[in-house]
Amino acid sequence: MSHAAVADKRPSTLRGASLPKWTPWAVALGSIAVACGIGAAAGLSSHVQWGVIAALLFLIGTYVVAAQVEGRRQAKDRIATSLVWVAFLLAVIPLVSLVWTTVARGVKVLDIYFLTHSMGIVADSQPGGGIYHAILGSLEQVGLATVIGAPIGVLTAIYLVEYGRGRLAQAVTFFVDVMTGIPSIVAGLFILSLMLIFKMQPFGFAGSLALAILMMPVVVRSTEEMLKLVPNELREASLALGVPKWRTILKVVLPTSIGGITTGVMLAIARIAGETAPVLLLVFGNRFINANPFEGAQQSLPLYIYQQYANSAGANAAYDRAWAASLTLIAFVMILNLVARGIARWKAPKTGR
Amino acid sequence: MDISTQNTEAPPPAPQPTTGETKRAARGATRPGDRIFLGLSRGSGILLLVIMAAIAVFLTYRATLAIGKDHGNFLTTFEWNTNLNPPVFGIAVLAFGTVVSSIIAMIIAVPIAVAIALFLTHYAPRRMSGPIAYVIDLLAAVPSIVYGLWGALVLVPNLGGVFSWLNDYLGWTGIFSWEGGAPRSMLTVGILLAIMILPIITNVSREVFRQVPRMHEEAALALGATRWEVIRMAVLPFGRSGVISASMLGLGRALGETMAVATVLSPDFLIHASLLNPGGGTFAQNIASKFSEATEDGRDALIASGLVLFVITLLVNGAARMIIARRKEYSGANA
Repeated sequence: MSHAAVADKRPSTLRGASLPKWTPWAVALGSIAVACGIGAAAGLSSHVQWGVIAALLFLIGTYVVAAQVEGRRQAKDRIATSLVWVAFLLAVIPLVSLVWTTVARGVKVLDIYFLTHSMGIVADSQPGGGIYHAILGSLEQVGLATVIGAPIGVLTAIYLVEYGRGRLAQAVTFFVDVMTGIPSIVAGLFILSLMLIFKMQPFGFAGSLALAILMMPVVVRSTEEMLKLVPNELREASLALGVPKWRTILKVVLPTSIGGITTGVMLAIARIAGETAPVLLLVFGNRFINANPFEGAQQSLPLYIYQQYANSAGANAAYDRAWAASLTLIAFVMILNLVARGIARWKAPKTGR
Repeated sequence: MDISTQNTEAPPPAPQPTTGETKRAARGATRPGDRIFLGLSRGSGILLLVIMAAIAVFLTYRATLAIGKDHGNFLTTFEWNTNLNPPVFGIAVLAFGTVVSSIIAMIIAVPIAVAIALFLTHYAPRRMSGPIAYVIDLLAAVPSIVYGLWGALVLVPNLGGVFSWLNDYLGWTGIFSWEGGAPRSMLTVGILLAIMILPIITNVSREVFRQVPRMHEEAALALGATRWEVIRMAVLPFGRSGVISASMLGLGRALGETMAVATVLSPDFLIHASLLNPGGGTFAQNIASKFSEATEDGRDALIASGLVLFVITLLVNGAARMIIARRKEYSGANA
């Protein structure tokens, strides 16, 4: 940040009156000492309160000192800087805690046995059991959803970029945007209303349909962006050679942007793999291994986490399994994310810019 | 061009056959392959529209079935007893809880997210800001059920101290009074939702702040503004509509969040004045927790409440998109 350096130096050269660099540390130390004094004197038991008092003292101290030496405007600038740092640190705490807890408590029961066994003969309150049935169900449901959602999404994006003119394209663009915001449970309820009409029992493929609905708008959006990056000269060169438009799209446009499209699809998969609500309504959950997504209730990883938490009445074994399943799910999603970004960087279309 | 300037009188004979040829070529271009491909891709686009319409139609159909059987008032009844004959249910508590928890989440998340976005674009050392932005990107991908599990097993046990502090010093307001139950209340839900929508709002705001024309910032600096004054006078005014739409995207997420609320809240069907006492409910949470025991009528009733949620999120998201679209138009001139 070059201009930041300029802003810092300028008062010292032009105005003279500026605080030395160690001032914030000195103020921080002083306010911590005073806060400890106040805390001990008033008998406040919670150390969080000590910390809050210290932070407040630091802000007031900085403002007063800076206002005395550098003027009110510099003082305000220092306050803003501190507040921005505080906001950042405040947000980091829960996020670090989330990742740390999941990893620390997840590794306890996560082993090969856990990954290769189901909950068939294990009660929720007992230790043992595993997530094999959940992984299997998740893979099948997400796989089927991808088979349905990804082609429709990519084709829609092709329509919008290569053919789309006029009212229909505008309507599709707007509703794709709106569709991105549909709560997952509403997509679940939509399929549920169909199942109620046709008097069907829960099964894996119903969940796939809801997940496909959630996936389509994400794929359309990312594919659209990628197709727009393909230089028009490539299309024109191909068309000028007399290649029909559909072959131009298949042989020139898609291969050029395939990396980006793959990335988009993988990010969409990562998103739907963690969806619980529609699976809860449509797939229902199952303690046993059911490899057939077209008949009978199945399990899925996010749903497994929820059921281990909700149905176990506080048994520690169940919580351990829930954390281990969470770690598996997060690892799956993160790996998909990282690989997708890797592909995006590796296969980025060479636009010459 | 050259020909026409040299001899404007004589009409060039060449164009006549060319237009004929292009016409024939254009007709020739719609070969079977082209027609099939156009049909497929246009069909997918139409299919998306059909799905959206079908969602609205089928939800409305099942909802009207349920509301027809409802013996309470669908909008004002404080009860959800779909197993009674006739069923009695109403969405008053759910609407209240959904709105209140989302508002709490927004109040907490938006200032912090904007501050983080500013931190990443204007305060953090450049070497740090890249990796941090990347981590925040990844955090947006953490599944909501994991946030829910963390909220229920880590956040809830740690909120007792905060709640008793709020009760001691702010209990007199009534909003922050606490009777000492488990801290599974609307405020807890709001805090958890805030943590969940933080990455989304941060990401979008960061993109907007990054687009602030460099000239605006440098002009402000040249006039002697401090860093904070640059942000207040150049960055925030430029990014305002972007931050608003980012917040509304986050709001849409918060309104429809299901599992995190279902794991953290201990629900009932009353509207509580205090945010700290357990109770209340949200649309999505109610659907998830009432579903397994619901009969067919009960499921229809849940679908009816889902329809209300659908309409609310449509309005919020539609508004957000319109703000973004309007922004695109004028930011093009600045770019």
